[in-house]
Amino acid sequence: MRRRYLAVKVDSVQEIEERELKKAIWNSVERLFGEVGASKTGFVLISYDVSKKYAVLRCANTLLEPFRASLASITEINGKPAPIHVLGVSGTLKSLERKFPPT
Amino acid sequence: MKKFYDLHLQLPLNDSELAERMIEKASWLGYAGVGVPLPYNVSDVTVSKLRQQCTDSGLDLVTRIDLTPKSADELLSQLRRHRRRFEVIAVSCLYKTVARQAAKDRRADLISFPSLDFRSRYFDNAEAELATSALASLEIDMSLLLSASSFERIHLFAHLRRETAIASKFPVPVVISSGARNEFLMRKPQDFAALAYLFDMPSASALRAVSENPLSIVARNRMKLLPSFVAPGIRVVKRGKDC
Repeated sequence: MRRRYLAVKVDSVQEIEERELKKAIWNSVERLFGEVGASKTGFVLISYDVSKKYAVLRCANTLLEPFRASLASITEINGKPAPIHVLGVSGTLKSLERKFPPT
Repeated sequence: MKKFYDLHLQLPLNDSELAERMIEKASWLGYAGVGVPLPYNVSDVTVSKLRQQCTDSGLDLVTRIDLTPKSADELLSQLRRHRRRFEVIAVSCLYKTVARQAAKDRRADLISFPSLDFRSRYFDNAEAELATSALASLEIDMSLLLSASSFERIHLFAHLRRETAIASKFPVPVVISSGARNEFLMRKPQDFAALAYLFDMPSASALRAVSENPLSIVARNRMKLLPSFVAPGIRVVKRGKDC
């Protein structure tokens, strides 16, 4: 299965924990596509820098568009306003880190 | 490289701090220009101040007015009054007569259906046919989608799916805007295009809806607002006695 790696920025003034971020993404995917659809996305949170609010996610290549839609539909995380912006998408982790380094 | 435009960024003119943050966010998100709805009696000083703020952030400001008339006659009189003052005119269609008049009037650029009451969404085949001959575009505000919850959102998806299918059949250009009142409802243009997947809009069309479609409205209207413009295809190239 081919995969896609996404560099994302959590746009929140408050601190968002890794567990909260993961839960918010799973909830959003499940709300839009159901449990079966969510299981097909192959979502994995590879890394998350709490201070920089920068995360690297992985999903199935064929389901990149719906996965991206799920991320865009998140408006708050654990009651805190926190949209997620996709900084970039790449086929390998190495090129993702080179093109979209944490800022 | 594509130029992205968000034609509906609802900047709070009385809160300059938030307005500045939203302008900076729009620039960071990768937009080349933003359309800001302004009150009809906005002063030139406010517009030039806003334009300067946008220019400082590398954004092109598009002046816009949102009309919400209650009847077709009221719409006609508002269009007559405001057409030459604003670069983009959007009509919020809350009544069927208004929707039909807006779709057939060449002075209306965007027709939008802001209501979550689904009986008030009048974008059907007849509306699309009128809109396509008058060059009007269908505007979809994503803030409506982002702030709706549960059943409301499910119904909204169904209606947007039907409306975008009708729009592509005739074809009526679709413009996707944020409609954001705060920075948390703003998204990257590519993310808005991804959200359009949820109502079955093809990716290429969705990207056009945040780039080429709004840009062509702005370019067309700016040309019309030039003093040299007479009619489509006719413009004054020289004035004076020797002409």
